[in-house]
Amino acid sequence: MKSSLKNMVVVLFTITLISSAGVGYVNMITVEPIAAAKAAATEAALQAVLPPFDKTETSELTIDELPVAVHTASKDGKVVGYAVESMTRKGFNGLIRLMVGFDAGGRVLNVNVLEQSETPGLGTKMADAGNPLYASFEGKNPGEMKLSVKKDGGDVDALTAATISSRAYVDAMARAYAAYKQTVGDAWDGASGATATSGATKTAAADASEDAAGAEQMGGDARKGGDHE
Amino acid sequence: MEQISYFAIVVGAILVNNVVLAQFLGICPFLGVSSKVETSLGMGAAVTFVMALTAVVAWSIQIFILDPLQIQYMQTIVFILVIAALVQMVEIILKKLSPSLYQALGIFLPLITTNCAVLGVAILMIQKEFSLLQSVVYSVSTALGFALALVLFAGIRERLEMEDVPVAFRGTPIALITAGILAMAFMGFSGLV
Amino acid sequence: MPGKEATMNKLKLILKGVIRENPTFVLVLGMCPTLGTTTSAANGFGMGVATMSVLILSNIVISLIKNLIPDKVRIPAFIVVIASFVTVVQMLMQAFVPALYATLGVFIPLIVVNCIILGRAEAFASKNNAFDSALDGLGIGLGFTLSLTVIGAIRELLGSGAIFGYSFGIGDYMPLVFILAPGGFFVLGYLMVLFNKLAKK
Repeated sequence: MKSSLKNMVVVLFTITLISSAGVGYVNMITVEPIAAAKAAATEAALQAVLPPFDKTETSELTIDELPVAVHTASKDGKVVGYAVESMTRKGFNGLIRLMVGFDAGGRVLNVNVLEQSETPGLGTKMADAGNPLYASFEGKNPGEMKLSVKKDGGDVDALTAATISSRAYVDAMARAYAAYKQTVGDAWDGASGATATSGATKTAAADASEDAAGAEQMGGDARKGGDHE
Repeated sequence: MEQISYFAIVVGAILVNNVVLAQFLGICPFLGVSSKVETSLGMGAAVTFVMALTAVVAWSIQIFILDPLQIQYMQTIVFILVIAALVQMVEIILKKLSPSLYQALGIFLPLITTNCAVLGVAILMIQKEFSLLQSVVYSVSTALGFALALVLFAGIRERLEMEDVPVAFRGTPIALITAGILAMAFMGFSGLV
Repeated sequence: MPGKEATMNKLKLILKGVIRENPTFVLVLGMCPTLGTTTSAANGFGMGVATMSVLILSNIVISLIKNLIPDKVRIPAFIVVIASFVTVVQMLMQAFVPALYATLGVFIPLIVVNCIILGRAEAFASKNNAFDSALDGLGIGLGFTLSLTVIGAIRELLGSGAIFGYSFGIGDYMPLVFILAPGGFFVLGYLMVLFNKLAKK
């Protein structure tokens, strides 16, 4: 077809209009499935990292400038564990998101890698079953560990040839634990009714990983008290 | 957002995560244009120029138009049109303002529209939630990484021309294998950042 | 009434994309996804199918509207059509195969700049009818998918001792480099040598 300014503009405009309308339409019909797929992925991760539960309550926190979601899981009204959706930007290729399951006492039950774009075959091993990173945390309370890889003087076994990915994983785990502490701290405040000090306690719980063991003891006791009531 | 140091972005984009040798973006011009050092330099310069412009425009469109209107799904369509339009514009402006520069870069410009490194970088910098300045630094570093890979590779290929390569290996196969060795060398940088 | 010969011709149209005009080994097009997404057989296959869908759809639409587009804006018009289909495929993958979508990452939107698609639009769809264009897209798409799956399978086998995720339990003894960037170049390079040798005969 011969080109003139008029037909060029008209044709391009029409094509763009039709395309945008089509894409917009597909977006409309896929919004729900995409949301459902994401919800299903979160649900599956929750199932994987927590003991059996019938109800979860979600709260959004910000730890060290990154958003973290804490799902408090309960069965028959009793808290059975906490699942923390944590993230870090320190991965080899940026974002890594983890779902970390803690039992009521703060021990790591399971870790599920939600999202990562590390080097295939190296950093991606963090998502494999029984990898050294996960093995270092399994069944342990991060509050009682030195949270860095062995190369940096900590207690965590790194993945072979993937130190950066390993450090990022530890960073996300530390953030998850801080969120867990903060949530447990809140539960304690609520139970004891000490609203006046809640702000101060929150910061203290988030910052003070050294005092972790003690604070957690109190948190645990407080929850037991709450259950009796 | 956590601050990522500019140094980390520059070294990461040029050496550690080299766009061609580690991320596999922009392979077509890498294999196609890189038989002479001189043309590689021209291509590298043209890509750097367009990538810096694209970073500014694409970032602004994402932040001021797509995000507020919540039509992020139009990203791919809008970005590719922006790149195509920018390339066209650069071509016209260069032709008017600096015919000598146009002669040097002109033939490479049309090829840039389909250089997936340009679109790839635009999408990645949005994904990494960079600020405008970070985006520009990232894009320019990536382009420099592209130019570096291209020039190094051209140097090797100029020498390869003189060698007696087995018939079945001639052309693309030997180029790919050479690129593989170069990629291995670049893996040595992986501990840097 | 399409005779037997006509059917044969259509079949040839598809087959030509798989072997004689194989986009990867013969035309050497679309190298970025070919290297970037073939860390495993399943990933290569997924990328191939995604590209094939876009290729078939854009070929059909472009051959239908080819007479309405002024020559000077042919390329921009094609790019808009292709980008729209890429976005559609992207959203559908996000909705129904989120895991695969997450693995392939940035390479899904980058289907837009895959030279195969614009190349077929220019070379075939803008000159032929919609049905033949669809078949051409199918053929080239199959060739691309086949190449990517083969490369993915070889890299997965050599690099992690598995095929399609089925592990032979030898992963720890395999040279990991084949999954990393250099391995991509090596495997594709040597496969091309093999293709050249076989084509000579």
